[in-house]
Amino acid sequence: MNEERKGLKEKITNSDIWRSIFRHGYEDTGRRYTLQILQNVWLHLHPPRVSRHALNFRFTWCMGGITFLMFLVTAVTGVLLMFYYRPTAEYAFRDVQYLEFDIPFGMLLRNMHRWAAHGMVISVMLHMFRVFLTGSYKKPREFNWAVGVILLLVTFFLSFTGYLLPWDQLAFWAVTVGTNMARATPVLGHEGPFAPQDITQSNDVRFALLAGTIVGPSTLLRFYILHCVAVPLLASVLMALHFWRVRKDGGISGPL
Amino acid sequence: MEHFLALVTKPDNVPILAILFLIPYFMWLSYRQARQTDITGVPSDAALNDKVYVWPYLCRNEFICAIIVMLVLGVWSIMIDAPLEEPSDPTKTPNPSKAPWYFLALQEMLVYFDPWIAGVVLPGLIIAGLIAIPYIDINPKGKGYYTIKERPFALAVFSFGFIVLWIVLMIVGTFLRGPGWNFFAPWEYWDPHLVVPLTNVNLSYLFGIRSETTANFFGFVVVAGYFSVGPIFYLWKRNSSRFLQELGLVRYVVVSFLFLTMMALPIKMILRIFFNVKYIWVSPWFNI
Ligand code: HEM
Repeated sequence: MNEERKGLKEKITNSDIWRSIFRHGYEDTGRRYTLQILQNVWLHLHPPRVSRHALNFRFTWCMGGITFLMFLVTAVTGVLLMFYYRPTAEYAFRDVQYLEFDIPFGMLLRNMHRWAAHGMVISVMLHMFRVFLTGSYKKPREFNWAVGVILLLVTFFLSFTGYLLPWDQLAFWAVTVGTNMARATPVLGHEGPFAPQDITQSNDVRFALLAGTIVGPSTLLRFYILHCVAVPLLASVLMALHFWRVRKDGGISGPL
Repeated sequence: MEHFLALVTKPDNVPILAILFLIPYFMWLSYRQARQTDITGVPSDAALNDKVYVWPYLCRNEFICAIIVMLVLGVWSIMIDAPLEEPSDPTKTPNPSKAPWYFLALQEMLVYFDPWIAGVVLPGLIIAGLIAIPYIDINPKGKGYYTIKERPFALAVFSFGFIVLWIVLMIVGTFLRGPGWNFFAPWEYWDPHLVVPLTNVNLSYLFGIRSETTANFFGFVVVAGYFSVGPIFYLWKRNSSRFLQELGLVRYVVVSFLFLTMMALPIKMILRIFFNVKYIWVSPWFNI
């Protein structure tokens, strides 16, 4: 029976049709596995081999990878959303409504973008918690932990700048409350302690963030550009650095 | 109760419900591995130290993980719609106005400290403190595996900060804060006209001090006294503790300052909740 099957398999893989499609067979060797990683632009971020415990869900909880996956999902859905959204006070809210009611799968697109963004915030916090619990920030990974902390902030900021864009009550007031504290920055905020006389509400740090004294149309444009261009670029650069350092620091940490 | 239910079922609060489940799960998962390490004295995964090929073993795991996550995300996106409220209106302030859920621990701190501390100084110190962790934790043990016995202090401090001061405050801010940022238990009615008598007094007042200058001086002494716990402990222990000698003065200063600052939050919360203390130090320039 087995012999028969083997014969049949060979007959098929040796046939002219098969060989015209697949140029060569798949060698089952370590060399093959290594090349598979090294010769693929998307996979060569990985080392060819890792220690076995790094595969363990129990160890990494997969949280770094899930954070990255969520980032990719928001990037793809975000680009699609940009086709339908104009960052002005007249259009922003109506464009979101239009997207929800009139664009095929528009609602699903928006949902995926929003929930992936929330998912990214959850997974990045859990990733940090895991890295702490396994003591993985210790020598030689000190600097990668620092890069991670900046990535954590960047993730929050990405999510926060996006929160304003639907331009509804929820967005408007959440961002108003969230940026109010900047008034009280020592020295640089007009209500902060030690603020010099010439720091007023129209030139302090909050003004720089909002492009105005309250959340308004120029804030919307500013947050839009930060959200769609500046911060994702920064995040990508930092992630590249982060992943590179994971490898240079000797791969995923482990006992020994 | 209806307000609480409305909050719990708000689409934007789904992540918090997920956290309520995920954090205990991962704490349990890591605790089990840590206990195994601590009982046997050998890291729980020490036997798995041989190398395997990334293709197919790791790529396969990543692939399966990605599929599962995308399935969850897909179901979540089909079942629950992203919120869209009325168009923004600067003249209609909702009560309460809440920041996005991941900032609610910060917003919660505003109850206990003035905005310049809660909104600027403390977040700044959280960031600086997080970055400092690898440089001030000189314990070489417990690297790359779960353990409790080999680094109890580091774990206790970080877990307290992360779980209690970040996650729990975030949940309180999301689910238990109503109009006027007053505290409402889940079963309570959200009364927008609730009058909470402002009986808070400054610490100096509790001690019978009435003059402003004396109160200023008193506040300074209390705050300075609190932060001098660090140096005093150092002077007291430096000769007898090998740990302190290894840590060194600079690291010690950073560790004790960050630790005392972090503990200032729960201390102020307790003073406020149980003793109605408003400020500890009232000065002409700032209040703490
Ligand atoms: C956008 C955010 C982030 C992404 C996409 C990301 C991604 C990753 C990935 C894929 C890994 C490989 C191991 C794993 O999956 O656990 C990793 C490891 C690591 N991450 Fe992150 N990370 C992020 C944020 C952070 C944060 C916030 C921290 C800490 C504050 C951090 C610190 C580290 C460290 C120290 C390692 C090495 C862990 C080890 O060797 O065991 N990362 N990161």
